[in-house]
Amino acid sequence: MELNITSYCRIKNKSIFVNGKELSIPKEDVPSYFFADVYKQLEINYPKFHKMDNLSKLGIIATEAALKENDFLRRNSLEETAILLANKASSLDTDRNYQNTINNKDQYLPSPAIFVYTLPNIVIGEIAIKHKITGENAFFVCDSFDAQLLVNQAQISLTQQGTTAAICGWVDYDNGMADALIYLVEKASDSIKNINFNPLNEAILNQFYK
Amino acid sequence: MEIFTSYHNIISPLGFTTKENHSALLKDQLGVKPHNLGKLNECFCLSVIDEQKINDAYGKIKNAILFTKLEKLSILSIQDVLIQSGISLSDPKTLLIYSTTKGNIDLLDNSVKHSFPMERTYLPVMANAIGKYFNATNKPLVLSNACISGLLAIITAQRMIKAGPYDNIIVCGGDLVTEFTVSGFKSFNALSTEPCMPFDAKRKGINLGEAVSTILITKNKLAPTSMKIVSGASANDANHISGPSRTGDGLFKAVSQTLQGNKLKIDTINAHGTATPYNDEMESIAFERVGLTDSPVNSLKGYYGHTLGAAGVLETVLTIEAAHQNQLIKSGGYSEKGVSGNIQIINKHETRNIQTFLKTASGFGGCNAAALFVK
Amino acid sequence: MDALIEKLKGQIIEQLNLAEVKPGDIKPDAPLFGDGLGLDSIDALELIVLLEKHYGIKIQNPADGKKIFESVRSMAQFIKDQGKS
Repeated sequence: MELNITSYCRIKNKSIFVNGKELSIPKEDVPSYFFADVYKQLEINYPKFHKMDNLSKLGIIATEAALKENDFLRRNSLEETAILLANKASSLDTDRNYQNTINNKDQYLPSPAIFVYTLPNIVIGEIAIKHKITGENAFFVCDSFDAQLLVNQAQISLTQQGTTAAICGWVDYDNGMADALIYLVEKASDSIKNINFNPLNEAILNQFYK
Repeated sequence: MEIFTSYHNIISPLGFTTKENHSALLKDQLGVKPHNLGKLNECFCLSVIDEQKINDAYGKIKNAILFTKLEKLSILSIQDVLIQSGISLSDPKTLLIYSTTKGNIDLLDNSVKHSFPMERTYLPVMANAIGKYFNATNKPLVLSNACISGLLAIITAQRMIKAGPYDNIIVCGGDLVTEFTVSGFKSFNALSTEPCMPFDAKRKGINLGEAVSTILITKNKLAPTSMKIVSGASANDANHISGPSRTGDGLFKAVSQTLQGNKLKIDTINAHGTATPYNDEMESIAFERVGLTDSPVNSLKGYYGHTLGAAGVLETVLTIEAAHQNQLIKSGGYSEKGVSGNIQIINKHETRNIQTFLKTASGFGGCNAAALFVK
Repeated sequence: MDALIEKLKGQIIEQLNLAEVKPGDIKPDAPLFGDGLGLDSIDALELIVLLEKHYGIKIQNPADGKKIFESVRSMAQFIKDQGKS
């Protein structure tokens, strides 16, 4: 099956590129400030954003950037759009923060608002909630960016009845380092023939990720 | 192409093989017991594997000292399935999928002394250590999707074998009971101090449990208990990251998608059934919406508690074993119906001809999954 | 009491990461849940953590939270009643 990438966003530490072009964002020292600046610049206007952990913030801004000025969500059914993500550190960065709330017997304050983010697929949930996307979900964890896995899983997912498009990619946040590549996958059709798209394959993903 | 379940294993407080676990259920034994864990200073019902039993079993592992508790339990479970099936992970056509929510999270606890590098808290590093023990040719794949991880791993394995190039996929699901998860669920007021009671009117919340369960998914109908994996699907509620949809939208969608195009009668449903007020209510509504009002439903969490990343595998394995023996297993902890959906909850062990079953799961992040199995 | 209410507003904004909310946006008698601040079930649990962290008050029965967290004023009143202000 021929699958295409109709838009993508790459975030590496404090730089963000949308379809290959860098967005000009002040380079803050702290990644969470950088995320907040991107949030402002993209005019995301979603107060819940500030409650998210860094992994979810990263996933949300990369997805918003890829979706911006792209009719992906209008071209495709929200019910038939899958969200398939992968990373290396799972939710470990937030896991460590949560562990700090229970390490000390005298300051034993387990926080439900942190605990809920100690699962990597919460970022999928946040993207799904923001756009009412109810399709299939999967979160994989692997050693390093794995283009082969990502291509294979998108192929398998879009072969299923009831899945016609997908938001896919890599979203990793660990020890203050942000690393994401989010891209929108659609089948070849008349509705995308007038836009710039790339075929979904390992070489393209590795090139976008570089 | 038809894809089948094959040999399987369960390691839990109720036994170290599927057979031991299955017969414990028929004797109404519970894995969940009151425990006072770490700095919590409060007793909760948890299902914890006896330390002595683990140590005895560790004798079967080469260089056991090199592995964490979860890795050792996983190695024992996978080893059992490899021996039963005669399949090897060094075969390039065989893959290991590891399903977990928290992996070696116990290594983060600074009050517990250990000699493992912190690198081992990364799920792929843990899975690679397990793979290496079995000289796996392919790098294990980790799936971590909250409480649907185990079932989603089985669905993913079925699809990956269909797509090629693998002939066999070993799906292993595992999670431990740790202060991390217990304190977290406590902060959500989700824990019960008594054995949990899924679907019951008096249910007060979940018990957490630890277990590792392994099942071989394959092209070949190898084992006597093999069942065909007909279909499976996942769906998101797109509603809330921790609370289930009140109307069961995501579960309804996952089950509808799974049953689409099938005229099969569903002989039994093994539900998620965590024993929180909202989850069980949501499931009953979703099953009624799909029209599954006559299929007997159970949850096994009354016996094992919620085993997180292991749950989907463990519960599928036990339902396969029961189906093979044509049994319905009583929904653990259930006596009086406490959900509004029109569903039939299994209130005693019973002999019944079982040809098909539906397995479902739902979890944080709004995720839901369902799969259909046929003899 | 007013000083406690003002202090609480800041603590709520901080604890719940309400980055786009200013203390002036929170009316002392307005309901905290439902419309307005857009708080949800996790926020309700997090307010229990706030009381323990800043005031050393442990809420044993989470069902009590509903009354305590009606508004900032009811929270302040509760803290005062506990003799912790």
